[in-house]
Parts: sequence; C-alpha cells; structure tokens
Amino acid sequence: MTALPPTAQDQAGFVVELEQFSGPLDLLLHLIQEDEVDITDLPIAKIADQFLAVINELRLNQAADYLEMAARLLRIKAQMLLPRRLGDDEWEDPRAELVRRLLEYQQIRELVEWLGAAAARRAEQFGRGFSPEPPTAPPAPLVIDLNDLLAAAERVIALIPEPVLHRVVPRPLDVEGATARIEALLAERAALGWGDVVGERPTIVDVLSAFIALLELAKRGALRVHQEGPFAPIQIRRESPRETR
Amino acid sequence: MSPLAKLVEAALFASARPVTVEELVTLDPQAGTAAVRAALVELRDAFATGDHGVELIEIAQGWQFLTRREYAEAIDRAQFALRPRRLSPAALETLAIIAYRQPVGRLEVDEIRGVDSGAVIEKLSERGLVEIVTRGEGLGRPLLYGTTPQFLEILGLKDLDELPRLEELSVALRPPAPAEPE
Repeated sequence: MTALPPTAQDQAGFVVELEQFSGPLDLLLHLIQEDEVDITDLPIAKIADQFLAVINELRLNQAADYLEMAARLLRIKAQMLLPRRLGDDEWEDPRAELVRRLLEYQQIRELVEWLGAAAARRAEQFGRGFSPEPPTAPPAPLVIDLNDLLAAAERVIALIPEPVLHRVVPRPLDVEGATARIEALLAERAALGWGDVVGERPTIVDVLSAFIALLELAKRGALRVHQEGPFAPIQIRRESPRETR
Repeated sequence: MSPLAKLVEAALFASARPVTVEELVTLDPQAGTAAVRAALVELRDAFATGDHGVELIEIAQGWQFLTRREYAEAIDRAQFALRPRRLSPAALETLAIIAYRQPVGRLEVDEIRGVDSGAVIEKLSERGLVEIVTRGEGLGRPLLYGTTPQFLEILGLKDLDELPRLEELSVALRPPAPAEPE
C-alpha cells in the first residue's frame, strides 16, 4: 500500500497529493487508513465530510468519478440517519455495498504491491538484445532544397478550394413597418395591387416583410387577398369592419 | 554437456525472447519433449553451478538466458541495456484486475477501480501486456481482455499460477463472482 505522506498541514488537517490517487476508492481508502477506522464499520458521516473536504481542496470536485462517489457517500449518510424499527431484521446496512467495493479494491491494491515488486525484481535482469519499447524517436530532419519546398507548397496551395465568401448583412424583416404601410394605404384606397404594397424596386426583404404583413392582416380580417390563378397578380381589398365577424 | 543441451543453448542464445519447450523440440525432430526438458535442466544446472554472468530462467511459459542480478547496476549505469519503463499504479491496478478476472470487460474493470479505465487498457494493449481474447455475452457483446505472455515476461513469472492466490492475501474477500448473467 502506498503510504501517502502528508506534504504540509492546512486548516483542514490533511494535505494529499492529487496525482497519487488513482481514483475515488483510492482516496477513500487513504482516508480510512489515516483515521484508523474499521472498514467494516465505517463512520460514514465523518468519512463523507472528509471526502468532500478533500475533493474541494484538490479541486477534484470537477471530476465525475469523484463526484459520483461523493453523491454515493451522502446518500449512504442520509440512509444511515433514517429511523429503523427495533428488531427489524430486514434492515440492510446501506454501507454494505461500499464496504464490499472497498475491500475488493483494497485487495487489488495488495496485488498492485505484489506485481510492482515482481516487475522491479524482473527489471534487475536483462535478456539478450533486450529493448524495452522503441523510444519515440523525434522525426528525422527533412533533407530538401528550395525547389522541393516550393513544389510542395504549390501542391498544397493547389488543393485549397477557391474560398467562397458570403457577406452577411443583418437585415431583419420589417413586418411591423410593412403592416403600418399597408394599413395606411388601405385607409386611402379600398383596393390595392401587389405593386402598391411592396413599392418600387423592392428588395427581397421588402417582399418578404410585405407578404408576411399581408397574411397577418388577412388573418385579422383587415383585408382580403385575392388571386385569379397561380402567378396572377395579387389583389388586395379592404374588408369593412362591419363585414368582419 | 550433451549435444542436445549445446544445441538448445545455441538456440536460446540466438533468441531475444523466451523460447517454449515446444519451439525447442522443432530444433531436432529426433529428440522428444522429455529429452529437451532434460537438456534444459542440464543447461540450467551448468550455468547455475559454473562461473557465469548469465543464468537460464524459466519465464513466460518458456526459457531465457538472463543476466545475473548482481550485474544489473553496472549494466544499467553503462547503458548497455535499458530497464523497462515502470508501470504506473493505475496500470498495475488494471493489470491486476485483468490478470485475476480474465477474460474481463472494461466495465468490470471500471467498476472495481471506480474510475474510467479505457485509456489505461488502451496503453497496456499497446505495450502488449493485455489483449482482446474474446467477446462477452451481454449487451453489445463487450470486448473481453486477458493477459499476454509479455505480461508474464515483465513480471518474471513462469505462468499465471505463480500469481499469489487471493486467499493468501491479507484481505479476506469473496472469490471472483462465478460467471453469471448480470
């Protein structure tokens, strides 16, 4: 078991090096050993508080694995507080699953010790032509001249597609403006043509604004839109207030 | 030394890896497995009792000449050979779980370690210490991992039976769950 020597003392009373923990179970086991408490009878409230303090301290509270364990500890802590009836044989220790996992993990840590020692012992002997792993060699320096470089650059540039640039101009639809204009026109004349509504040389935005305004007004019953057939001129007629129902 | 022992010595010298008895038998079709084993023992004893800087070791289900421990320091210092990179605690944890639970899927390793072990398994796989051995039955037919001969080699083990038995460890624990659908 790797003993984790406290490096300094802080207000919380424990400083531990983040890198040394291989996970939340490792941290938990460390706390349990430090407190010298019985793993099968965990003082869950105390351990949960310490766990939370440490992960806050080490900013591990971002790490999902640690957060999940923190949540689990708090749930067990809450379950321990629930009243239970005397002589209730059905009661299941909410800590049981965690204790089982801790014991299992503790066993793994023992195996880690054993495996580490075995590997260290094996490393004292060398085999024939032993090469551990190919070291990651830096890439060989390029041997090229200027022509090669220019040719390569040309090849790369040739691959770049002609950039298609769009200019994006913010031009929101002005439905309100169009509505106001149509209403003003209808106040003067009972009937309008599409051309009257959109004005001279309308932009696409004018057309869209006017069209939406027309539909909206028609829905409200302020006017009636009529078209003889597909693509025929649009005729707009004022709907008298009396006629609207 | 017997002619077969000398032939075996030559073959082992030529190989950079542990050589299995089965492989050695192919050196001389006339000689059987028993004869090769006898030759290996003869050879090992010769190097053990004689004045040699190397010894014959049974390792990773095979045999290999290795330098004697007392020279490790000098060889290392002079950089004639490199020691293998040490394994991180996370890597050893993962190796331990895979060694004892194999064939085992990533999820089970994650569960025991309490952390995501995907990257660690990937690295161990790259180093040739674990490999995919089969696929599981469950959802998505998960990949199941096992240890390789390389794993035995870096630990100096003959075979997996040389790993400590779980009941020998100080922490009493349920035995690995029998294969049951989860």
